[in-house]
This record gives sequence, structure tokens and C-alpha cells, in this order.
Amino acid sequence: MGETVYTKDHEWLVIVDGIATIGVTSFAREQLGDVVFVELPEISALLTKGDEVAVIESVKAAGEINAPINGTVLEVNETLVDEPELLNSSPEEGGWMFKITLDEDSDISGLMNKAEYQNYIAVNA
Amino acid sequence: MFKAPDVKRTTFYDYHVEAGGKMVPFAGYLMPVQYPGGIMQEHLHARDKAGLFDVSHMGQVVVDGEGAAAALERLVPIDLEALAIGQQTYATFTSETGGILDDLIVTRWSETCFFLVVNAACKEQDIKHLREHLGDLEITELSGQSLLALQGPKAKDVVGELSPAANDLLFMNGCHTTIGGVECYVTRSGYTGEDGFEISVKNNGALAIADQLLSYDEVQWIGLGARDSLRLEAGLCLYGHDMDASKSPIEAGLNWSVSRSRREGGSKPGGFLGSDQILKHLADGVSKKRVGFLIEGRAPVREGAEIVDTQGNVVGVITSGGFGPTLQTPIAMGYVDAEFCAEGTKLDALVRGKNRAMTVVKMPMVPQRYFRG
Repeated sequence: MGETVYTKDHEWLVIVDGIATIGVTSFAREQLGDVVFVELPEISALLTKGDEVAVIESVKAAGEINAPINGTVLEVNETLVDEPELLNSSPEEGGWMFKITLDEDSDISGLMNKAEYQNYIAVNA
Repeated sequence: MFKAPDVKRTTFYDYHVEAGGKMVPFAGYLMPVQYPGGIMQEHLHARDKAGLFDVSHMGQVVVDGEGAAAALERLVPIDLEALAIGQQTYATFTSETGGILDDLIVTRWSETCFFLVVNAACKEQDIKHLREHLGDLEITELSGQSLLALQGPKAKDVVGELSPAANDLLFMNGCHTTIGGVECYVTRSGYTGEDGFEISVKNNGALAIADQLLSYDEVQWIGLGARDSLRLEAGLCLYGHDMDASKSPIEAGLNWSVSRSRREGGSKPGGFLGSDQILKHLADGVSKKRVGFLIEGRAPVREGAEIVDTQGNVVGVITSGGFGPTLQTPIAMGYVDAEFCAEGTKLDALVRGKNRAMTVVKMPMVPQRYFRG
């Protein structure tokens, strides 16, 4: 199991053997409120860092998820389509959103470890 | 935390923070958008029990003087002279071109005195408007006054214990009373579609009343987020979204808010700002109209989304939309060309390039449960 790393956009990634599992952090979920709908990417979609890749809708607002790194969509969490509330109860485990195969040149240097991320939200929240 | 010097706080600010409220700037005030329970839980609480809303940001204005009813009738298409003392009515301030400047609740306090509750974002403009047009009357903003709403099926049990007089009120009526010894003015009204009350009280007694209400297990604070989803399910307009100066009350589907006597053929037709245009809309119909939508699937359709017909022609726009926690489905309101406003009409909304199927439905989407005796 790889170490969990984080983006400034409040996504988490676990990277194992060139495959990243990606979701949103508990902090992001709390900011957004009760999730009622999730729009996931197409399998095999080619992503460039910063592309809009998924949308999380809460009762009140829509939140866009941008690709944190370059890669290709390998798998999406289909369970979220019928049970978006899984994102409310378990954003960092059962509520994972999609997996991507990293490009060879994918740059993960800007990602934060857990302590750095905790510090980031403490400063920016 | 960001706090601009001009962002005001209501008397209940510390109570909201203590209850875990997420405070956001809204219409010049720091207001709770939600509490730790979240919008869904808060919404369902107000539908099942009793939700307490701080609506002190709203404008409370008293218009007083000889001939106040007739004078105010120049600004609202309502028969205010027919309003009994203690009775209240929904109204719109109309513009000279027949648009809506704000919507409000008017309560008759005496023969010559009316109590107005107006939207927070419009209150300064409304007071200016009143002073401009009603120069002979005394216009007073009750800026030292808080406003609480207690909404939901258990509201009457709570208020019934605290103020039996208020509990006897029918929907859209008010009375002076006391709650726990604190003087206040209570009306049987609200913005959720539920039976409930609004309590206007001087700031120095406001916390004592909130304490009384919150001492009941079934009473819980509800934030602006759930206030919005509750009113949407109840089919109620939000000013600045579902109506504004570019829409007439008839286009907004508020025909019922134009009193019979102020219409063509009535005892005192017209005579309010924009009456020519509004009575023309009533007589000839309108080319676009506000309707409600039930959306298929789970994806919410939000304000600004274009509405298209089956051929893909743009025929309207969504003005409010979100997830309806009571219905557990997305719902919306919007304006469509008149030919598409019949119940059952199938249309699509465009959301991020995708078509979302929806059906025109009768409003309210959740039945209103007002207490009419």
C-alpha cells in the first residue's frame, strides 16, 4: 500500500505500481456538504493535469474535480453512481472516485504528505 | 477568518457559532449556511419537527400615518384597505415598467399602521422607494429588532405552550403576545411550506426567546442552505433568482398576488406602479412564465442552466435548482416560453454539456401544510 498524498485542491491519491487511486478528502467533503450526485470520467479518458475530470454535487452546490496528474482513466467507482452518499460516510476509503494509470512523465513532485496537507488546511481554512 | 468591517452580525451570532454554524457573508450579514447536521438533516428536521431560523437580516419596516393603506396601494397590487387588523398578505413592490422590485409580507397593525418584512438584500432600496413615494408617511426601519422563524409540524406544540394566543392564529395572521415574559409580535407564516411562526422581538429580548424555544428537544437551528431547499420544494420564489425587475408578477406565476379589486373590472383597478403592463399581462397572457420541474436521475440542475425542447431549441432558463431532500430527487424552477409551461411537458436542461430530462410539474412540489383552521 502506497503512502497517501494530497493536492491543494483537496484530493487524495494512493499510488501503487504506477496506478493512482483518487478521491476527495474529508475536509473537502465537509466543505461541500451532503453529496447527492457524482459524475465520473469515462474509462480510457486521457487526462492532463488540471483537466476537469469529475463533478461532485451536494444539496447546495457543484464541486469540480480536476485531474491531479497526467494519466489514463483505468477504473471508476461505479458504486458512487447509485450510492453517492458513500462519499459522505467514507470519502477516503469506500468513496474513492477513480483510478488512473500514470503517464511515464507524470509529475508528482507537487503533492503533499499527510502532515503537509494537515498544515495546509490549517493555514488556508 | 475573513471579516470585512461592513459585514454585520445578528444578535444570535454567538449562538450560531456555539451551535457549530458555518458562517458565511450573505446580504451584508454573517449568517449560518449550515450547522454540523448538514443541509439534508436540517431540512428533514424542519419537515418532521420544528426548525429555528434566524432571519434577523431581513428588513422590518413600519409604515404609519393617515391614509397609509391607500398610499401603499400605489406600490403594491394588493387591496390593503380590505386587510383586517392583524391580518397579513404576500405582496410585490412593482416597478414603473411592471417588474418586481422586491417581494414582502405586509401585516396590518392598525387602521393607519402597516408592518413590512422585506428581503435583506433589498431593504435599503425598499426604504428609499417607500420614502420617495410616500413622503407624508412615517417610514421606520426596526433596526433594533430581531426576527426568528419556527417552522415545522411541531412548531405549534412549542408555541402553544409558550404563547396560547399565538397558537390560536390562523395562517397569515399575527398578534402581539409574550413568550417567557418577553413582548413580541408573532405571525403564523414562514418560508418553508410548513405550519409555523415568525417572531419579531426587540434585540434585548431576542436571546431569551431563542433560549425558550431551544429548550425543547424538537427544536433545532436551521441554516440558510436548508431554508433554500425547503422553500424550493414549497414552490416559493427567491428574489433576485426566480424574479427580479425584469419579470412581472404574472410572468413569475404570482397572479394570485394581484388582488381582484386591483384588476380590470375590480372596484379600484390599476393605480399601482406598472399597473398598465401588469394588467395587460393578466388580460393577454405572457410569453414566458415561471414553472417547476422534476428532474430525472440524480444530477441536480442549477440556476443558469439552459432549457431546451426536444429539437434542441433553447426555450428557457433555470432560475433555482437543487436536490429536494424530502422528495429525494433534484427539483428546479425556471422560466420557459408559454407554449412549454403546461404540466407534464417534457424538456431537457443542459448541464455541463449533457442533457438532463425533466418534466414540468405543479408547484409546490411538496404539499404546503399551512394552518387554516
